[in-house]
Amino acid sequence: MAQVGYSKKVMEHFMNPQNVGVIENADGYGKVGNPVCGDLMEIYIKVKDDKIEDIKFRTFGCGSAIATSSMVTELAKGMHIDEALKITRKDVADELNGLPPKKMHCSNLAADALHEAIEDYKRKKEGKTEPKKDKSATACDDESCHSFADVEEGF
Amino acid sequence: MDRIYLDHASSMLIDPKVLEFAKKYLELEIGNPSSLHSAGLEAKRCVEEARTKIAELINAEEENSIIFTGSATESNNLAIRGTALRNIGKGKSVLASAIEHISVINPMKDLQKNGFTFSQVPVDSTGLIDLEKLKEVINSETIVTSIMYANSEIGTIEPIKEISEIVHEKGQYLHVDATAAAGRIPIDVQKDGIDLLTLSSNDLYGPQGVGALYVKKGVKLQPVVIGGGQERGLRSGTENLFGISGMGEAARLAKLEMVQESSRLTKIRDKLIDEILTIDESYLTGHRTLRLPHHASFRFSHIEGESILLNMDMYNIQVSTGSACSSKTLEPSHVLLAIGLKHEEAHGSMVMTLGKSNNMEQIPMIVKAVKETVERLRKLSPLSTQEVR
Repeated sequence: MAQVGYSKKVMEHFMNPQNVGVIENADGYGKVGNPVCGDLMEIYIKVKDDKIEDIKFRTFGCGSAIATSSMVTELAKGMHIDEALKITRKDVADELNGLPPKKMHCSNLAADALHEAIEDYKRKKEGKTEPKKDKSATACDDESCHSFADVEEGF
Repeated sequence: MDRIYLDHASSMLIDPKVLEFAKKYLELEIGNPSSLHSAGLEAKRCVEEARTKIAELINAEEENSIIFTGSATESNNLAIRGTALRNIGKGKSVLASAIEHISVINPMKDLQKNGFTFSQVPVDSTGLIDLEKLKEVINSETIVTSIMYANSEIGTIEPIKEISEIVHEKGQYLHVDATAAAGRIPIDVQKDGIDLLTLSSNDLYGPQGVGALYVKKGVKLQPVVIGGGQERGLRSGTENLFGISGMGEAARLAKLEMVQESSRLTKIRDKLIDEILTIDESYLTGHRTLRLPHHASFRFSHIEGESILLNMDMYNIQVSTGSACSSKTLEPSHVLLAIGLKHEEAHGSMVMTLGKSNNMEQIPMIVKAVKETVERLRKLSPLSTQEVR
């Protein structure tokens, strides 16, 4: 039988999300998504010896957006930044025992937010002073928001 | 915790009295209404009795004006495709409000692909049709104008009588989708000047899988489903006796109980609205007074509707949302956009529709759950200015 609704694990993370909040003077900050699309995630990291010592998130979005944010912080905590950069959207979904197909793209941006935060940390470490590129889209034409080929619209 | 079901616009439990009345058509050996033997005649009587009861609910001039279908969606399709394709010689325009149900809009878009002009009339921020714009857009080529009696997402009741006068001054037929309104507010197709009216069985506490279309005498339409010629040739297929008899009985009970039940629900609705609007940055969607008695709909800033729905479900309270995340297309509700909400505002919607299982005693629990849900989700949200810890 096809899976109906969210997995138990998704609901656990939705109801009891881990690592919620902000980190003052974070070493890295990443923000992806757009409230217009219905999902916005931000991740803060504290890094020591290139290891993610602390990580926090805040998310505006649906159940899977919140659960994937929580899960990615769990996965990345304590990890070397090079390893954390290898965490994919699919890894996050797999750890949550899967997501409904239409949620795989638009509400599964947590890994992207993590990568943004790590890139931000690297930029700061290299002493680059230019403002970081804001990856949060300004309109809802973000590819991540609309790559839902599996959704059928009648007309 | 006991379930508090607040999603009656999506699906309703069949009334036990209706089930008791109609279940014989599942249990007994009943004929086909098209058969001429006694078992068939018994079945035919069942269908005709139901037709009469439904005609009485909406004060149709004769029972033969009622056509049974498989759903409100099918009724909408029959009304729109049926009139547009049959009257093609008179014009090739169809018109709907911007807040019609998708089962009105999609058949019109389909007609558009086949050479029809499809226009939509805007609504104001409370969901009321812009009558001046309607006057502008409608013309003698407009075969069918479809305006709902009341909207199921925002609860707003439209001025159907005024709309009818405008439609009949210039255009041809007025189709009214009364799925959300029937059984809750009085409908009189003759006084209101309605040519075609869609009804849903389940929305009257009848069985699922049945709908009806009122077709005023003299309205010309062609069938969508063709075959053996049942329902005056407008909807072929052997009749669903359980469904039809149940819908009939549900319509009879709705007529009987409407005044009392609607007044009871209005009180609960108003209390619910007043209590929920004490939450910071919470807003009512739809009209405050021209509103279905069982309908309370809101939006909350900085949070998303699917999360609200899931979180409320943890309290065993079932609500609905017009958020994109809950839709098949991942677009927010076209109704919420039509009343002028921005995408990010429309994402934070919550709809509560009351029914027979709801009572005043549930209000404190509902309000507590909504307050805690909004507070928790705002703490998670980067859009909120609320303190994190």
